[in-house]
Amino acid sequence: MLNRRDFLIGAGAAATAPGLAWAQQARKSRTLKFMTGLDLASLDPVWTSARTTRIHGYAVFDTLYGVNEKFEVSPQMVAGHVVSPDQLTWTMTLRDGLRFHDGEPVLGRDVVASIKRWAARDALGHELMAVTHEIVSPDDKTIVFRLKKPFPMLPTALGKANPTTAAIMPERIAKTPPGTQIKEAIGSGPFRFLANEWVPGARAAYQKFEHYVPRNEPGSFVAGGKRALVDRVEILIMPDGTTGVSAMITGEADALHGIGPDYRTILQSAPGIRLLRSPVPQVMTLTLNHLQPPFNDPAIRRALLLAVDQKEYMTAAAGTNPEDWTANTGYFSPASPMASDAGMEALNGPRDMAAARRALASSSYDGSSVVLLDPANIAHTHACTLVAKKMLESMGFAVRHQTMDFGTMGQRRTVKGPVSEGGWNVMVATLTGTIGFDPSNNLQLQAGGVSGPSWFGWPDSPEIERLRREWLFAPDMAAQKEICRQIQLQAFKDVPYIPLGARYSFNVVGKGVTGFTDELPLFFNVEKT
Amino acid sequence: MIAYIVRRILATIPVMLMVAVFVFSLLYLAPGDPAAIIAGEEGSLQDIEQIRQSLNLDQPFLLRFGDWLLQILRGDLGTSIYSGRPIAEQVQQRVETTVSLMVVSMVISVAIAIPLGVLAAWKKDSWIDRGVMIFAVFVFSVPVFVFGYALSWFFGLQLRWLPIQGYVPLSSGVWLWLRTLILPSLAMASAFIGLQARMTRATMLEVLSQDYIRTAKAKGLNQYVVLFQHALKNAAVPITTVVGLGIAGLLSGSVVIETVFALPGLGRLVADAILRRDYPVIQSLTLIFGITYVLVNLIVDLVYTIFDPRVRY
Repeated sequence: MLNRRDFLIGAGAAATAPGLAWAQQARKSRTLKFMTGLDLASLDPVWTSARTTRIHGYAVFDTLYGVNEKFEVSPQMVAGHVVSPDQLTWTMTLRDGLRFHDGEPVLGRDVVASIKRWAARDALGHELMAVTHEIVSPDDKTIVFRLKKPFPMLPTALGKANPTTAAIMPERIAKTPPGTQIKEAIGSGPFRFLANEWVPGARAAYQKFEHYVPRNEPGSFVAGGKRALVDRVEILIMPDGTTGVSAMITGEADALHGIGPDYRTILQSAPGIRLLRSPVPQVMTLTLNHLQPPFNDPAIRRALLLAVDQKEYMTAAAGTNPEDWTANTGYFSPASPMASDAGMEALNGPRDMAAARRALASSSYDGSSVVLLDPANIAHTHACTLVAKKMLESMGFAVRHQTMDFGTMGQRRTVKGPVSEGGWNVMVATLTGTIGFDPSNNLQLQAGGVSGPSWFGWPDSPEIERLRREWLFAPDMAAQKEICRQIQLQAFKDVPYIPLGARYSFNVVGKGVTGFTDELPLFFNVEKT
Repeated sequence: MIAYIVRRILATIPVMLMVAVFVFSLLYLAPGDPAAIIAGEEGSLQDIEQIRQSLNLDQPFLLRFGDWLLQILRGDLGTSIYSGRPIAEQVQQRVETTVSLMVVSMVISVAIAIPLGVLAAWKKDSWIDRGVMIFAVFVFSVPVFVFGYALSWFFGLQLRWLPIQGYVPLSSGVWLWLRTLILPSLAMASAFIGLQARMTRATMLEVLSQDYIRTAKAKGLNQYVVLFQHALKNAAVPITTVVGLGIAGLLSGSVVIETVFALPGLGRLVADAILRRDYPVIQSLTLIFGITYVLVNLIVDLVYTIFDPRVRY
């Protein structure tokens, strides 16, 4: 039976329990709480290009090379490399002290297995393997690439920040077939993944990896010294943007990733909250099916160029504040050094709907319905699709507007056949982050038709394909830029797709948090006071 | 009684089998491709094909259904095709949140709705009765997510009394656990409060007009004794039915509320699974929800015997 003393002890304990819990929370003050709307569904940054997996990937895994904020490549896990005079042999040496989270040292054979797995998943990796005779590890700290022809972009391929990341993992994990995702997230990066705390769709947690040895130099984007300045990081998956914004205002979280400009006014009036505009905008595109009429006719595709008004599209997608979007967008992201004004008068010259109508009237278009796919659950894509519908109708197309969710559209866009067999003609798509940066990553510039490399829409332009390959072997930046000018000029002739402008997203950072990069939120070099 | 319970449990097997066939067929016929979703907006056709093959999504309907059914019969819920994690593990990680949300919502709704319903019936046609009924219709009519946002704006953003997102497990402390549940539970209970208050009022009015109540009053019994011991106990059977049905409503409501308040529960798991076409997760959770409904109905039937001794099984 409960006596008076037991009762008082119990009551006292119950009364102080919340206080103890709060004290525990206070001890956790060096925990960085990071919210994002996109789930961490996969732990494998090689298997998927999903954004949250990339963020997770850079916390857990390290790369041989890294790119800085100016998109210059520098050694990361490697101490350095030696290139043979004929440029066919690259010998790389690993830094001292590199260790995986399971305590094992990082060895050359781990690197070789990781690179082979990554190369099977990545477009630039494919190109690298096509010119590689062999990759070997003659000893624990050395990796040798023997090439069939010089490949100046080798460090760029191994260190690029755009998907997919050449993450280095233990050989036993890297032996997982490239088409299968890894089950264990064991890397050698500055944070250790806490697998027992992972709840897919809700949260993931990371602990500072005490044995990580950062480079002895300042950090810049994914290059240089990566220092874990907080003890613990929690990724909280926030399905609702409004709740996420409210949680930032109440101080329940430290950062919120990738919100649209709608919340700008609310957040700007909140004390201590900072908005970081991503320096790399998302390029929105009008994607055309080149296999089916009417957009299999280049004249009709070029007629569209006369009607596209990027300002109209961007206002619909990102609002009326011109700081939130860029209308002068060509075939390369406005943030990329490859962007140029070559042929841009086709998009930023005076818009001429009457000329577009005339061009369509004199073309092969027979008045049949054009199927426009609309993933209505992606707000900015839906907004641009509505503008596209109005534009196409104004030109004289008979538009069949089909609204669906992305899950359905993802399946529908794979259909190559005619509309009568479930096919499609036109849709709005997005090139996120650095995907639109250069010809090796811009999926929509792949123009190999049905038999070669190409994205949905299957554009076929041998000249663009020739230039894309030439770009891979360009000796320097100046030569790369010149080739990109030529690609853009050719793209305005063949019109593989039409850029609709670029919209910026925002990261929100709370009080006392410093060091977040603007482009991709990375947890190293982030401090919380 | 035990024979009755066994019979009822056995009767759930064909029901669950029908649910399984229906859900599997519906998902098979529904448009959408999990491989395309996993590959993401920027995924290529090759990526999608590779994922489809690795997940056996290119297998015929009967083969996939047979495999899944055999798996379920072995007690294995399978693996999420999106995260690659066992579904049983995901359910285990999230069940506490949803059960906590439902229990707190149920306690709040019963604690508010039944006294309000009794009060309205007792003060029939007075301003109190009208006030209660206006309140009941209002809370029943406003969507739960509107309540959710309104509550988080007022108590979270303006007053800063309660958190507006996330869940703290019970093991971290009762108050920490409860404070994450108050706002979502209030929002989720809102419609149920309206329904239950109206049902309590209607049933109480019927019982209060019975002869034995008049007799009790004539005997000079205290009005509280008449209301709560004589009337409410006899009105309890239909109220219990509504409470039981309400659990089904709360399970559905959890899909919305767990999204609004970012609670890692089963409702959010099923909502995410639907958007991603994560068929094994949808199928397993539908079965779990179905079994829950059947069990709750069985419990409600058994509870009738407590309130009404005439009911025997």
